[in-house]
Amino acid sequence: MSEEETDTPGADVPHQAAAPDENGAGTESGPGASGPGAEALRVEGISKRFGPVTALRDINLHVRAGEVLGLLGDNGAGKSTLIKIITGFHRPDSGRIVLGGEEVSLRSVAHARSLGVETVYQDLALVDELPVYLNFFLNKELTAGPFLRHGAMRRRAVDALAEVGINIPSVSAEVRALSGGQRQAIAVARAVNTAAKVLLLDEPLAAMGAREGGQILRLIDRLRQRGDLAIILIAHNYSQVMDVCDRVNLLQHGEITFDRPTAETSVAELLELVHAEYRMA
Amino acid sequence: MAQQTPQLTRSAPSAPAARTGFGTGLLRRRELSIVLVTIAAFAYFSLGSYGSAFNTTNNYHIIMQYFAPWAIIAAGESMLLICGEIDLSAGFTYTFVPFVMMAFYNQGLDVPLSLVLAILVSMGIGLVNGLIRTVFNLSSFITTLGMGFFLEGMTYIQSNAEPTPPPLTGTLADVLGGWRWSELVWALLIIVLMQVALSYTKYGVYAQAAGGNPLSAAESGIKVNRVKVATFMLTSLFAGLAGIVDQVRVGSFDPTSGGSQMMFMAVAAAVIGGTALLGGSGTVIGALFGAVLLAIIQNGFTLTGVNAYAFDVVIGVAVVAAMLLNVYISSLRRKYLR
Repeated sequence: MSEEETDTPGADVPHQAAAPDENGAGTESGPGASGPGAEALRVEGISKRFGPVTALRDINLHVRAGEVLGLLGDNGAGKSTLIKIITGFHRPDSGRIVLGGEEVSLRSVAHARSLGVETVYQDLALVDELPVYLNFFLNKELTAGPFLRHGAMRRRAVDALAEVGINIPSVSAEVRALSGGQRQAIAVARAVNTAAKVLLLDEPLAAMGAREGGQILRLIDRLRQRGDLAIILIAHNYSQVMDVCDRVNLLQHGEITFDRPTAETSVAELLELVHAEYRMA
Repeated sequence: MAQQTPQLTRSAPSAPAARTGFGTGLLRRRELSIVLVTIAAFAYFSLGSYGSAFNTTNNYHIIMQYFAPWAIIAAGESMLLICGEIDLSAGFTYTFVPFVMMAFYNQGLDVPLSLVLAILVSMGIGLVNGLIRTVFNLSSFITTLGMGFFLEGMTYIQSNAEPTPPPLTGTLADVLGGWRWSELVWALLIIVLMQVALSYTKYGVYAQAAGGNPLSAAESGIKVNRVKVATFMLTSLFAGLAGIVDQVRVGSFDPTSGGSQMMFMAVAAAVIGGTALLGGSGTVIGALFGAVLLAIIQNGFTLTGVNAYAFDVVIGVAVVAAMLLNVYISSLRRKYLR
C-alpha cells in the first residue's frame, strides 16, 4: 500500500506541476513564477483559550496549492498553538477548518496526516542512529512478508531525494553523519513523499548556517514549483521568508494583524509592525 | 560506549562519498571489532603454552557452558539496550523460573505443561517490568532492580533455599540442556533469530527508533511503549529459558545459581559486543561474540592458573581493554566510511 503512495507523487509530478503553471499564469497574476492553484487549507474564525489565557482570537488564514505562506510572529504570539490546531494536536474552541474544500474536524495528528497535513519540526524529525533510507520510510517500511525490503527502500529513497534535488553521499549513511541542512532536507522530502497536500515547516532554518539555509530555501522553492503542495513556513528570520514566500501573515498576540503578498511589502515594513508592537507593550 | 562518541562529532563537515570494496564492507560491520578481539583472545590461549589443554573438545565444551546462558540472555538485553532500556532482573529470572516450573510440577501437573506455564510466567515477569516502566514512567534501572530483589526472595521462598533435581527426562531433557551441545544450539538459534529480527523486520527498526529518538518514533506513529514492553517480555522469556536449559544441563535447579553475576555477564557481553548503552543502535551477533570472548578469557585464565583472587581484577582490566579496542576500531570505521 505504501508502495503505491510513494510511487504516485514521483510519477505525477511533471504534468501536475505543468497544469497549474499555465492555468495560474492565464487567470491570476500571482507573485511567484507559477500562479497558485486551488485553495488547500482555509482556517476561519479559530479561537483557542487555555484557562484564562486567550492564545488565538478569531484567526482567518488560507493557503493555496503551489503557494508558500510565511507565518511570522514573536514567541508567544500563538504560532505554535495555531500549528498544533492545524495538525490536529489541539482542538479549537470555535471556528472552522476547511481542507481541500471540505470542512473537517481534526481528531488527532494521525487523522490530520491521513488528510494530507504533514509537519516538519525543527529537530525531532529523524533518528540519528538509523540510515537515511530507514528514516525516510520510518513506520512506512516496505516489506515482503515479515521482512524488510532494504534494497527497494534504498532505491526509492534515492529516487525520491533526487526528485526534490537533495544530494547526500549515500542513503545508507547514518543520519548523524549528515549536516543540519541535509537532515532538514531529508525530513522535508519524507513529509512530501507521503501524499501531502499541506506542508507545515516549523522554523526550518533555525540553527542553520547561511549556505545550508539557502539549500532549504531552494528546496522549498522547488516544492512550490510542483504546484500541488501548499506550504506554510513558520519563521523568525524575515528576510529569508521574503525570499521564498508568496505571501506573509503576521501573528501578534493571538491575532493575524497583517496579510499581504510579499511583493507588496518589505522587511522594513514587517519590522516596523513588530517594533510598533514593542512600543505598545 | 563505542556508540556514544559519535554524538561529539555530530557537527562534522559534509562527508565525502562512501567508498565501496571488500575492506570497507568488512569495516562497515558493527561486529568487526569484537570478532577480531575474540579471535585474538582465542589465538592467544590456543597457541600459548597451555594450548594443549585449551584445544580439547572437553575444554571447548566448558567454554560453551560459560557463554551459552550469557548469550541467550544477552540476545534480549541487546534489544533492550537498543530500545534505551535495561533489565537488571534477568539473572534472577534465570534462577527463579526453574522453581516456578517445580511449583507447577509439585501441584501434580505434568512436565510439559509445567514447562509451558513456567515460560509464560517468565514472559509475565517481563510484562510487569515493561508496564511499570512505561505506564508509570519509572526508569527501567529502578524497576528491574526491584524486580531482581523480588525474584531473588521468591526463589528462596519457593525452593526453601535448597537445590532440586530437575524432573525432566528423555527427549525433553535432551532438548532442554540434557544433550551435551543442546545449550549451544539454543544460544545460536536465539541469537540468529534476534539478529534477523533486528536487521530485517519492522520490529528491529522500531526498537532502534524507540531508543534513538523516542519523540521522533512516536511522531511517526510507532507505538514506542508497545515495542519496549514486548522487548522486556522477550528478555525475560530468554532469561527463563536459559535458566531451565542451563540448570537441566547441570542436573540441578539451584537457588544460588545465576543472579546478578549472570545478569552482569549478559549486559557486559551485549555492551562489549557493540551495543550502545544509551540506545539506538546495536547488534545481537556482537553480543554472542562478547559472551564468547568473556568465556574464553575466564577459561583461559583458569587454565593458565591465574590466582582466583586476581581473577576478577584481570577480567575487569580485560573488559575495559576490549572496550577500548572496540572504541578504537569503531572510530576507524567512522573515519574511513564517511
